[in-house]
Amino acid sequence: MPEKAFMKGNEALAEAAIRAGCRYFFGYPITPQSEIPHYMAKHLPRYGGVYLQSESEVAAINMVHGASGAGARVLTSSSGPGISLKSEGISFLAGAELPAVIANIMRGGPGLGNTQPSQADYHQATRGGGHGDYKTIVLAPYSVQEVVDLTYKAFHLADNYRTPVIILGDGFLGQMMEPVELPQMIEPEDLPSKPWATVGKGRRTRNIVTSLCLPPEENDALNRKLQKKYNLISEKETLVETYLLEDADYIIAAFGITARIALAAVDLARKEGIKAGLVRPITLWPFPEKELAKSAENAKGILTVELNMGQMVDDVRLAVSGKAPVKFYGVTGGLFPTPKDILTEIKKLEVAVNG
Amino acid sequence: MKQEITLAGFGGQGILFTGQLLGRAGMLEEKNVCYVPSYGPEMRGGMSSCSVIISGSNITCPLVTEPSSAIAFNHASAEQLEQALKPGGILIINSSLTDKEPQRKDIKFYKITASDRAVKLGNDRVANMVLLGALVKITGILKPDSLIKVLESILPERKHHLLPVNKMALEEGISAVEALEI
Repeated sequence: MPEKAFMKGNEALAEAAIRAGCRYFFGYPITPQSEIPHYMAKHLPRYGGVYLQSESEVAAINMVHGASGAGARVLTSSSGPGISLKSEGISFLAGAELPAVIANIMRGGPGLGNTQPSQADYHQATRGGGHGDYKTIVLAPYSVQEVVDLTYKAFHLADNYRTPVIILGDGFLGQMMEPVELPQMIEPEDLPSKPWATVGKGRRTRNIVTSLCLPPEENDALNRKLQKKYNLISEKETLVETYLLEDADYIIAAFGITARIALAAVDLARKEGIKAGLVRPITLWPFPEKELAKSAENAKGILTVELNMGQMVDDVRLAVSGKAPVKFYGVTGGLFPTPKDILTEIKKLEVAVNG
Repeated sequence: MKQEITLAGFGGQGILFTGQLLGRAGMLEEKNVCYVPSYGPEMRGGMSSCSVIISGSNITCPLVTEPSSAIAFNHASAEQLEQALKPGGILIINSSLTDKEPQRKDIKFYKITASDRAVKLGNDRVANMVLLGALVKITGILKPDSLIKVLESILPERKHHLLPVNKMALEEGISAVEALEI
């Protein structure tokens, strides 16, 4: 029988990381994710782990670089402004092919913005965020249970592909509490060994962990290797959930907490005889473009709903490629659309399509 | 069976604790629950609120914009919550701290002198339990016993001497509603 608990999204993320064998956390507090460092500070020492509040976000991400290079499962977390500071380090992790899990519990931006929920870091997360040709796997949970499941999975993906993985949540998800089933504890010593890690060379040839690659041919080769890896991830790791798509005329595309509201909107629409459905990308990168393209074939219109001014809608348009009209609806600043608001937008789309 | 409950009052009145208690009790009864606090740069005495959804079926939208029941711990929140309630909704007010009268005709309005009753029981801090007693009596959403079981499990041993007064407060809220309904 799995262990059950009533937890905040932020606490659940931290607990799932510990259970995934993560024993190192480096970070700096920022609302609305501070319960993650709080939880780690309280619990990691009990497992012989290290919690360290760094002097800055830049320091934290480079501590992550060090711990990952030495083969450890390691977590850092922040929100918008802190992730911007960490972006240089995330690029270095990608270049050095180091696994790490980075949680961004999004808040209002740009700049300092506010501390309320937002999804305005979609572009930052799915386009890498830092400099250079790289991608990070981006996981977008929509319930506290999924925060647990995806965090647990994130460490596996990071190790398996030697790549940084972003968990993209928002302040609402971080603060809300729901019952969760917790997965089994993984002991770090039971994890597969990492022959590339810099743990003291002994008699073998030395391992080098670096993103510095001066000769043009070698840098080109690194980039081609990375792209090959990203293609493999796209092929194998894309996750998407759909709801009532089979006969849907109007499709809502939404991720994270917004998808929960959209689900209620689909039910409202169905009650009024409007055939609505939902596509919810769980991996934002790789984006489920095939599922979107397929669903668009029989749809009359697609409505993308986000807590930003229109970011995922770019990926929806690319995937749908003109097969159906794509409209956007979003609010920012910590405001939320209600299911009724979304229903109103579906009706507007219906009118626009049918004239 | 579904209740969307909003609680609001002064920071320091135990609003968030009371909401979590409801959520945990719902979980104990194997219902679907979702608890959402307001958060932000607040200070003691400022406004505090949270929402709890308790449902027999899957919870989709976790946002509560039109609560089916609400508890107002002070005057300012009573005004706000009355406006937010859905038609036919239930508003319970702590009438020790507000003399508010209902404006809307399409809601059910309950005045509970929660703080006075808590003081009579010897601890003004159990006003929240009096109000919770009223809520579970009116809505039937949870068994009172579940709330006590949760308190037992989350309070540290050194605070277990407070369990009897909390239980009395809960019963006080239940009987206050019974007296209104006779």
